[in-house]
Amino acid sequence: MLPSLTIHGAHDKLARKEITSVELTQAIYDRIDRVDARLHAYLHLARESALGQAKDADARRAKGEDTPLLGIPLAIKDVICVKDLPATAGSKILQGFVPPYSATAVDRLRALGAVILGKTNTDEFAMGSSTENSAYGVTHNPWNLDRVPGGSSGGSAAAVAADLCLGAFGSDTGGSVRQPASLCGVVGIKPSYGRVSRYGLIAFASSLDQIGPFAKDVTDAAMLLGVIAGHDPLDSTSMPNPVPDYAAHFRLDLKGVKVGVPKEYFIDGMQAEVEMSVRTAIDVLRSLGAEIREVSLPHTDYGLPVYYLLAPAEASANLARFDGVRYGLRADRGEVWETYKATRGQGFGAEVKRRIMLGTYALSAGYYDAYYLKAQKVRTLIKADFDHAFKEVDVIACPTAPTTAFKIGEKVDDPLQMYLSDAFTLNQNLAGICGISLPCGFDQRGLPIGLQINGPAFGEEKMVQVAYAYEQASDWHARKPNLV
Amino acid sequence: MSLTREEVQHIAELAKLQLTAEEETRYQEQLSAILDYAARLNTLDVESIPPTASVLPLRSIMREDVARPSTPVDQILKNAPARSDDAFEVSVVLE
Repeated sequence: MLPSLTIHGAHDKLARKEITSVELTQAIYDRIDRVDARLHAYLHLARESALGQAKDADARRAKGEDTPLLGIPLAIKDVICVKDLPATAGSKILQGFVPPYSATAVDRLRALGAVILGKTNTDEFAMGSSTENSAYGVTHNPWNLDRVPGGSSGGSAAAVAADLCLGAFGSDTGGSVRQPASLCGVVGIKPSYGRVSRYGLIAFASSLDQIGPFAKDVTDAAMLLGVIAGHDPLDSTSMPNPVPDYAAHFRLDLKGVKVGVPKEYFIDGMQAEVEMSVRTAIDVLRSLGAEIREVSLPHTDYGLPVYYLLAPAEASANLARFDGVRYGLRADRGEVWETYKATRGQGFGAEVKRRIMLGTYALSAGYYDAYYLKAQKVRTLIKADFDHAFKEVDVIACPTAPTTAFKIGEKVDDPLQMYLSDAFTLNQNLAGICGISLPCGFDQRGLPIGLQINGPAFGEEKMVQVAYAYEQASDWHARKPNLV
Repeated sequence: MSLTREEVQHIAELAKLQLTAEEETRYQEQLSAILDYAARLNTLDVESIPPTASVLPLRSIMREDVARPSTPVDQILKNAPARSDDAFEVSVVLE
């Protein structure tokens, strides 16, 4: 079945002329038509432009051209701009907005001939851990339709898990690629801060945001990362470090690799099956030749309060631009301040308002030192923990999320409980390091469990090498949800 | 850390967010709970620790000042809630 192919698998068939991109793209839309009413992974389908892109890709291939993405159908989270396709960021305030330009990451995919299938569901402005905060309805987990796909990039994760695309992109500010990858049983990468251009990504927390890929295996994820990584003159925080061929050093053993296991990431209250699967996965790494060492990240527990002060503070500034003047919703009250207030009051959903309020408070006169500045100082300590650990080990292995997918509605009324589902993914963003989540088992309900591998800043190469070796020694990534 | 109703209204005013009475009540409770949780940062002595605003070692990078095409006005204004010729139409700001 064509939609279940990996990118490299589809590429081989395209290169051998066994299939065309038009056939592949059409087969995926057929599957979307059959399945997505149950999942709601997509907010917008771009059939016409996608089939045009597929036709162009077939023509380029007929002329002898080839790239790893020529004619490969991909999905894009709705916080990432694609020229001439709607970009709502999951918010009513951006309903009807059509960006006149594409994100640099999207431009790079298109330059290689990728086909853009559509835009996927997200928590509003990427704020959430379940996709329940989307103004356009929740996405359902393909492994169990009563459960969340994780978030905020839940639409992209579900689309990859359900074979509604060959690969997808999301954004990760505190776990929004890795956590849904874990909950949906696919591979997801959060690149180091500065590795990928943020140009065209609707900003949430600018010192934390990164665009990252979702894929069906590590090989695809590493390739997609290589395509979007690198300096961009349009993003002054994108770094000039050269982009390696991330798959160049893939091998089946891990001899000479030092893997750190942080004791702070195995805590009371986490699901026992998650701990067991991740510990078993670490045993596999050992059996492949890796040296396993316990490491300590003593400020781990402070990450949650630091994140939930800094990210909302940055968000409250970034979201000030949504005032009904230049794009999106305007609730006209005939007077400028009342128009702003009414527009924002109507346009933003509950979680976005909550974070704007929290961030505004943390930045306000009299509280700046006690909250915002203090959180920035503790951020220094969290980063120092990782710096220290990476002097001892090459990568760190730990769970991606404390539990498997939870029930839709279970945590919506308790923001703190919802925030805790990001406990293992926030600190990597605060420290600017990279992370990958890949499948490492299932719980008794049949829900996927994710193994997280972290590398130091710009240490993606070793990180994906370890992930690849684990994946080759296991077969979790080959399992598919039963959706028909 | 318990926020008063007046504080919630003050923050909403700073953030230019119109809230319903119900929202004020809910955010008063929820923000107080989150700030209580954040109070655990007070157990750390960070007096001598420098703050981290960005993890990057970057300083401002200069580029050549070369003119390049910008997005056409019409494309930008396509998204405007209201336009007037080549401008965004807004409520009166100054009488």
